[in-house]
Amino acid sequence: MTVAQEKTSHQMREEKTPSEKTPSEKTPSEKTWHGIVLDTLKRNDIRIIPYVPDRVLTTLIKSLHADPFFTTFAAAREEEAVGIVSGAWMGGVRGAVLMQTSGFATLANVLASLAIPYQIPLIMIVSERGTLGEFNYGQSLVCRTMRPVLDSLAMEHHTITRLDELEFIVDRSIKQAVTTQAPVALILSPLLTGGKVFDK
Amino acid sequence: MRNTKVMNRFDLTSRLVKKLKHEEAVIGGIGNTNFDLWAAGHRPQNFYMLGSMGLGFPIALGVALAQPERRVFALEGDGSLLMQLGSLTTIAALSPKNLTMVVMDNGIYQITGAQPTPAAQVADIVAIAAASGLAGSAWAADEEDFERLIDQALAATGPTLIGVRIDDKPGVGTTRRDPVQIRERFMLGLNVRQPL
Repeated sequence: MTVAQEKTSHQMREEKTPSEKTPSEKTPSEKTWHGIVLDTLKRNDIRIIPYVPDRVLTTLIKSLHADPFFTTFAAAREEEAVGIVSGAWMGGVRGAVLMQTSGFATLANVLASLAIPYQIPLIMIVSERGTLGEFNYGQSLVCRTMRPVLDSLAMEHHTITRLDELEFIVDRSIKQAVTTQAPVALILSPLLTGGKVFDK
Repeated sequence: MRNTKVMNRFDLTSRLVKKLKHEEAVIGGIGNTNFDLWAAGHRPQNFYMLGSMGLGFPIALGVALAQPERRVFALEGDGSLLMQLGSLTTIAALSPKNLTMVVMDNGIYQITGAQPTPAAQVADIVAIAAASGLAGSAWAADEEDFERLIDQALAATGPTLIGVRIDDKPGVGTTRRDPVQIRERFMLGLNVRQPL
């Protein structure tokens, strides 16, 4: 068996086996990205989760809905969701907003007029579309606006590509946002999630 | 469509604030709405928006979800609400028991030069709210009716929305534009923070 063949068969085993186990039976290396995100949100006492849906986030959204620890609900716009978690934080309850790249593109005004000047630890989890196999030209264009907007406001952001770094980045970023009272964007790359492709 | 009395924003805001005896939170929307809240007398439980047009109700919803035992009021202009009509459905779906929304409707963007809103001649904000699932929505016929609706809201078991027709007068005061202090004092007022 060549190295390439061995790697392929190893990956196939890894992909099949975890789905047959219950969550408690899974070793850390077998955990899913959405399972890690949910656990890390909970451990950091993030309770209010408004979202504007995204195909890639579906499993995370379903498992958040299924867990009564979280108040999970759809908002009509991402900007509205940012307003809701900002109010909730001022009221003493932490939240996070789930969205897609195109949704982030609607947020420049609320970031510049609410989250940053009022020093609100806004936590955004953005499923990244528009790259690594995008099939919709508009998505690929709007994706290119995301990091320049984040950088122009000097906002903390991380693009997460690896499962073994996910928990560390999410956990540390939430803690930093809360303690420094500054927003953060956690961008989930297709390298982590698989993304959305034309044949799905 | 609407035959209710044309009232005044500052007068109505002052009437609302006088009725608040239990540290109720009040979110003042962008512009004149929070200027008049400021002019009605600062309270530790007031939050003033300096941008983010349309997010008065969503911010108030977040406060209401975080503190279900505290009554939360939100003051918005009609133009602001038009920016986030979808938020009415979010609020209806979550149905917080402790949230009251007041829409100050003069049909114009007063602060930018009194241009008419697209809704001014054609839409009924309270009917939109009711159709969004907010059954507890009503126009206030006059000042006395507004006070009655506020009293009802203070005892309500679901979200309420009060529409008021107002004149074209600008805000009476000007909020001090200090966002960090506004937010910090609001959190102190909500007992989320302790002073250093």
